[in-house]
Amino acid sequence: MYQGIIVAGFGGQGVVSMGILLAYAGMVDGKHVTFFPAYGAEMRGGTANCSVIVAIDEIASPVVGQPDSVVVMNEPSFAKFEPMIKPNGRLFINTSLVSSRSKRDDIEVIEIPANKIAEEIGTLKIANMVMAGSLVDKTGMMAQKSLIDSVGKVYSRAKPEILKMNEVAIKRGAES
Amino acid sequence: MKVVFEETKGLTGVPMRYCPGCGHGIAHRLVAEVIEELGVRERSVGVVPVGCSVFLDEYINCDGIQGPHGRGPAIATGIKRSKPNVIVFSYQGDGDLASIGMAETIHAAARSENITIIFINNAIYGMTGGQMAPTTLVGMRSTTCPAGRSIEVNGYPFKMCELLATLPGASYLARTSLDKAANVIKTKKAIEKAFKTQIQGKGFSMVEILSPCPTDWGMTPRAAIDRLKDEMIPYFPLGVYRDWEKEEKERAKAREEDKVEA
Amino acid sequence: MAERTLMKGNEALAEGAIRAGCRFFAGYPITPQNEVPEYMSWRMPQEGGFFIQAESEVAAINMLFGSAATGARVMTSSSSPGISLKQEGISYCAGADLPIFYANVVRGGPGLGNIAPAQGDYFQATRGGGHGDYRVFVMAPNSVTEMANFPKRCYDVAFKYRVPSMILADGILGQMMEPVEFDFDPVDPDTFPEFDWTIGDAAGRERRVVKSYDLRPGRLEEWNFERQKRFDTIEAEESAWDSEGIDDCELLVTSYGSCSRISKSAVKLARDNGLAVGLLRPITLYPFPKRAFKEAAKGVKNILVVEMSLGQYIEDVQLSVEGAAPIHFHGRPAGGIPTAEEIYEIIKKIMGK
Repeated sequence: MYQGIIVAGFGGQGVVSMGILLAYAGMVDGKHVTFFPAYGAEMRGGTANCSVIVAIDEIASPVVGQPDSVVVMNEPSFAKFEPMIKPNGRLFINTSLVSSRSKRDDIEVIEIPANKIAEEIGTLKIANMVMAGSLVDKTGMMAQKSLIDSVGKVYSRAKPEILKMNEVAIKRGAES
Repeated sequence: MKVVFEETKGLTGVPMRYCPGCGHGIAHRLVAEVIEELGVRERSVGVVPVGCSVFLDEYINCDGIQGPHGRGPAIATGIKRSKPNVIVFSYQGDGDLASIGMAETIHAAARSENITIIFINNAIYGMTGGQMAPTTLVGMRSTTCPAGRSIEVNGYPFKMCELLATLPGASYLARTSLDKAANVIKTKKAIEKAFKTQIQGKGFSMVEILSPCPTDWGMTPRAAIDRLKDEMIPYFPLGVYRDWEKEEKERAKAREEDKVEA
Repeated sequence: MAERTLMKGNEALAEGAIRAGCRFFAGYPITPQNEVPEYMSWRMPQEGGFFIQAESEVAAINMLFGSAATGARVMTSSSSPGISLKQEGISYCAGADLPIFYANVVRGGPGLGNIAPAQGDYFQATRGGGHGDYRVFVMAPNSVTEMANFPKRCYDVAFKYRVPSMILADGILGQMMEPVEFDFDPVDPDTFPEFDWTIGDAAGRERRVVKSYDLRPGRLEEWNFERQKRFDTIEAEESAWDSEGIDDCELLVTSYGSCSRISKSAVKLARDNGLAVGLLRPITLYPFPKRAFKEAAKGVKNILVVEMSLGQYIEDVQLSVEGAAPIHFHGRPAGGIPTAEEIYEIIKKIMGK
């Protein structure tokens, strides 16, 4: 198993923190992991993205040139990363904010109204967790339990009720 | 037999090789006497500059470190913050302190770094052969302003005590001169006060010493002394520019007066 | 197994230095290394050490110069332009035989360049960097775990030989997160022996002067010869490298640092496709593992050098293999990051596949 993932969206959508969570959870799950953020001026005001690799074998290159999976949280990210996905890879679209639809027939597209689901649960902030839940479920790269167990570790300052909402969001994402 | 005078242990006894009429020898000896008399010589480190006084470590009898031009206050900071018990002084010329090392000087003062700076202001680059310094007086000739320092090209000379006095972190600042015996004695008192400032943990102290450079001024030692009196001192007024002790007393007095009024 | 923690490279570097006994850090902000001073600012006081944000890179390195002269384990970090500013001070440290440790989290250059990962500072790092005749012990980590563990090795070498030491990293290594395992127990600087070269407490001993000059006729030359002997010993004893599949390969691929991770992926791709390709990666860039390269070059048909610069690292490979095999080159400068796939294509072309 090898999953090269790119997560992309606006700053403030929890793109980087989702990447760190995935890497942490992969480590908890016993996998090899790397996390690499876009940084510096690239992160000011515009779109944020990060690369995560979760693999059974030792990871050589931490650079994700051709992602196995891409999570797009906003429109500009769709345009930038959709063409890069490996054949037979997966595209996870937050349809609440992205209206473009992929014309590629060599990838699996998973459409999730993440903002809508997050708001139903209680806060927009956990839209990223909805996407993470779906990503982990569809790729099978790790146990969902590893992801849920890691939430409290990565967001150690979050209140218990928020952590609970994160767990619900991950599960809702997996179901959608 | 009663000993009425002996050479200070603060000096190594190595004969100094400065030019006739140069002020460095006097300033070295004053620093050496002060660290010996205050009983801190063995825990003192002198930060040795680039310039004529690069040989400071041969003459002053304490540990020393010689570093890049202008960086004395940064080097002193590194020593002091690693070994707070060490008494650190940085001996610097005008080009060193007010030109290439201006940022280090100002920031050390702003941090109220608990170090002492001995600033020799002779308005010229000595070792390199008499080029214009940041304190060269307007109209004064040097090898890089042979027609005299011009305001249009070079602007005005820096008044370092006045400049640093605006910083809350500057605890003790004094400007003295080596033009006559009385002022040499005053210089020693200022150096003593500066070291005491550091010993008592009161922060940044600097003594600016107006000093003659007959060789690079192209003058006899006697004429150089006259220039100190007639040209240097009028532009660089002598005096104490900051004194933490006096300021503390004034603040205490003001508080008392406030109480009485209340 | 030791506990694994997910850490950012820059933070691992800082924590690794502290665990290795670093108690003085002076730095100045520059991307992509800002996490190092940020981490040090709160972590250093916990260990009784001192952190300062200096007024400039120039001041920072000179603060190190002063602190190192007291025998402290000191560190500064920066990125390319900032390291250029520090070179004068580094040269003084070399000239005064002071052990210091610093890290260059390299960005794209020349000039302001960009903040992307790059390897354009290879010459500067491995040829001394500042003025005068000296070298710096240079380690090139390729993982966050190595970022965490190499500061200790740098300090060990720096103090053993009284030379400057450094880590040459880049934006990938500084910014990426990976699980970290420390391979050493924290070092307590209070347990270090007293050195016979430090300044600050002269009571009961001869006074000492730390300096980089000696004007007595011929003495500076002698001093340089003496220092060179130490570098010769470092060359003989302190080089390190890593290899994979080099015993039976026809094509030897070589890269250092983060780029070696990408080359490793390419080599794996090639081997999975039945090509006899091996990878040799220097862990120390100075001393360069010349013998390892000379040995590995015997019997290979071709060598491929991949670097994130335009022909710097290749020179050390050329000097080491001494013409044993043709050397091919693939370089990407100033933030161009090669992909495993593009390297694999080059491998195939060289091998005629």
